[in-house]
Amino acid sequence: MKVRTVLLLLLLLAVLLVAWILLPWWGALVLAGLLAAWMAASRPGRRAASVAAVGISTLGQRLGSSAVVVVGIAGVVGVLVAMLAMAEGYAEMLRKTGSLDTAIVLRGGSAAEVASGLDRDSVLQIAQTPGIARDAKGQPLASAEGVVAANLPIKDATGDDEGSVQLRGVGDEVWAVRSQVRVVDGRKFKPGLRELLVGRGAARQFAGLVPGHEIRLGSQTWTVAGVFASDDALESEIWADANVVAETYERGSSRNSVTVRLADANAFKAFKAALEANPQLKIDVSTTLDFFGKQSEGMSSFIRIIGIVIGGIMAVGAMFGALNTMFAAVDARAREIATLRAIGFAGLPVVVAILLETMLLALAGGVLGGALAWLLFNGYAASTMAAGSVGKLSFDLHVTAGVLWQGLKWALAIGFIGGLFPAVRAATMPVTTALREL
Amino acid sequence: MKYLHLIWASLFRRKTRTILTLVSIVAAFLLFGLLDAVRTSFAEAGQSANGAQRLQTGSRLSFIQTLPQSLGARIQQVPGVKTVTYANWFGGAYQDPHNQVFSFAVAPNYLDVYPEMSVSEGERKAFAAARTGVLVGEGLAKRFGWKVGDRIPMQSTIFPDKSGSKNWVFDVSGIIHTTDTKSAGWFDQMMLLHWAYFDDTTPYNRGQAGWYVTQVADVNQADRVAKAIDALSANSDHETRTQTEQAATASWMKQFANVGLIVTSVMGAVFFTLMLLSGNTMMQAVRERTNELAVLKTIGFSGTSLMAMVLAESVMLLVLGGVIGILLAEPLIPLISKALRGMIAPSPVSLASWAEGIGLMLAIAALVGALPAWRAMRLNIVDALARR
Repeated sequence: MKVRTVLLLLLLLAVLLVAWILLPWWGALVLAGLLAAWMAASRPGRRAASVAAVGISTLGQRLGSSAVVVVGIAGVVGVLVAMLAMAEGYAEMLRKTGSLDTAIVLRGGSAAEVASGLDRDSVLQIAQTPGIARDAKGQPLASAEGVVAANLPIKDATGDDEGSVQLRGVGDEVWAVRSQVRVVDGRKFKPGLRELLVGRGAARQFAGLVPGHEIRLGSQTWTVAGVFASDDALESEIWADANVVAETYERGSSRNSVTVRLADANAFKAFKAALEANPQLKIDVSTTLDFFGKQSEGMSSFIRIIGIVIGGIMAVGAMFGALNTMFAAVDARAREIATLRAIGFAGLPVVVAILLETMLLALAGGVLGGALAWLLFNGYAASTMAAGSVGKLSFDLHVTAGVLWQGLKWALAIGFIGGLFPAVRAATMPVTTALREL
Repeated sequence: MKYLHLIWASLFRRKTRTILTLVSIVAAFLLFGLLDAVRTSFAEAGQSANGAQRLQTGSRLSFIQTLPQSLGARIQQVPGVKTVTYANWFGGAYQDPHNQVFSFAVAPNYLDVYPEMSVSEGERKAFAAARTGVLVGEGLAKRFGWKVGDRIPMQSTIFPDKSGSKNWVFDVSGIIHTTDTKSAGWFDQMMLLHWAYFDDTTPYNRGQAGWYVTQVADVNQADRVAKAIDALSANSDHETRTQTEQAATASWMKQFANVGLIVTSVMGAVFFTLMLLSGNTMMQAVRERTNELAVLKTIGFSGTSLMAMVLAESVMLLVLGGVIGILLAEPLIPLISKALRGMIAPSPVSLASWAEGIGLMLAIAALVGALPAWRAMRLNIVDALARR
């Protein structure tokens, strides 16, 4: 191949790849539809289809080298999908924790709940701010909460490994403010007692979090009263009476944060304005959706970048594997292709046919990799020290349709590049040389 | 060795195929080099030889709970204790809260316990004299372009000063050079400030120490000393948990992610694919050379030497690609650490990684070369020449 052809191809590839990355799923469907229409309706299209059919029918005889393409791409897609599913699961867990109709108030400039502190006066003033929903008795739905960390032994650990869990001290108001929380085993803790209501995710990670069990936090003994579920990040926490927590950890009457239920989702602006207008308060306020969304940003893009870097390097490997296989396939059929061209087939049908063949293999690889990742990792429980929290967050990997589509896109892109160069070589090789070869 | 030329020639008999295969192998081992560096940096954080002599004492309750200042003097009294120092987490960030810096507020004798950090005599004196002075790791200074004498604004993501502002200003008094390559990534990115200045400035510390670091006189006594330290505060409101530095760091790292498991599974997928790929190449290479191999056999080459030659070819292919891959990983590692903004600081490819990598290359080469080599050995001259 001439240097100029290769350079032109590379340029074309770069443009196509950028367009491909930006393409939504329906765009790909439209492209596939257009291709099918061209192959059915036009003459060169029908020729391409028949050449492709011949190539595809011989795939079985080249099982070993075809498997290289399929398995190589399946590996890339599997790893990529697993990493993206991890990022997705993590972000989703935190996103679900927030909502538009609840807001969280922290001391001004606090990076995290645990670093914030609000004295009793501020807590009372925040609760009296207009915009907060009220219960049947006319009490504002504002939950002042204390947040501390506690070390607990990790389940199934060898030796005496301990992990950190976020312990949240809550009052009576919390059940109305955080209505997603429900007790699934045992009962709620009794106010004033050293009793814990533990999240389902925490119970999964740490040893001894079973109703009726006693556990030690520092030098104190606590009784586990029950287990709660909330399907969000709160599940990774353990809860107790706010006063008991404050007393045990010497926090007095101050609390870390106040979470309020707003009168409605539109009340936030007014609520925020009222808080900021109060000269006695120095606070930051945001909707919980915003608050938890921001917390997940750093970590989930971190996981995503790692996934893409690893997937990218693997993709280079798989791409060259595909190139190798397809060059071999084209070489084996060099005479056949030259014959076609000698009897009047143009270059385009040949290029399209070889591309189709490679992309079919790539698609098979992508589907295989995506399916494997889905089977192995969808719902797989993972945990990490979450940003903005002092406890381990447990979350499930989530293989979403979007993630799978991303994986398929990568597979098809690898297949396209892997097929393009061999296809162009087959179509541009002088007919006489090809016929004389071998 | 005398067949080296022959093996080399047959390896590059089909240039395109060999080069394409080589690139795949390079990619696989590049990934191996990078991931193994990350894994090692997680596994070896705080594992320097001196780490065995150091015990960390933190609150039994949680890592955010502080300990009373008076405990230090009592730990010093425990038999077998050489030096006691203490530190607090500062949670610093430079310019952007995402640019996190490993920063500790430390006692004046902190550096005595960490011989891995070397600071010149003059700079150490300057640090001791400057209330707002800080010592910064060489890598950290390079990352932000800091020089000795610079005045740097920092934010603490945890501690405000008395007015409630989280902006702090420090003066760079000196640079920390690391003397131990194993833990270099860790100390290289560290910032140390004065505990006294920290405690005076923030109203939230109230004379507490975050954790104590104890250097024991005799490593073999470490367990006994750890138990004795924990016994000091048993049944008080500030019970402690004392671990060797290794154990403490390992359990801390484990809370973030089981890096070893992730790396192993990714590399498993990579090498499985690679085996298939290079195996296919070797099969093709031997298949199309059937004729030549038969000729070689005719002129007197034994079956075993043909087998050895095919195996050598596969070893050469893998080792060539693998070595290039790991060599490529070396300059990329600092780039990655930069891209991750110091969240992890992977160490350069260690000797152990090289050994492991080369072991993998040889193992894969043997596996993928076995079948073609066997075929070459059992080749029947008549059949091969007759293309049957």
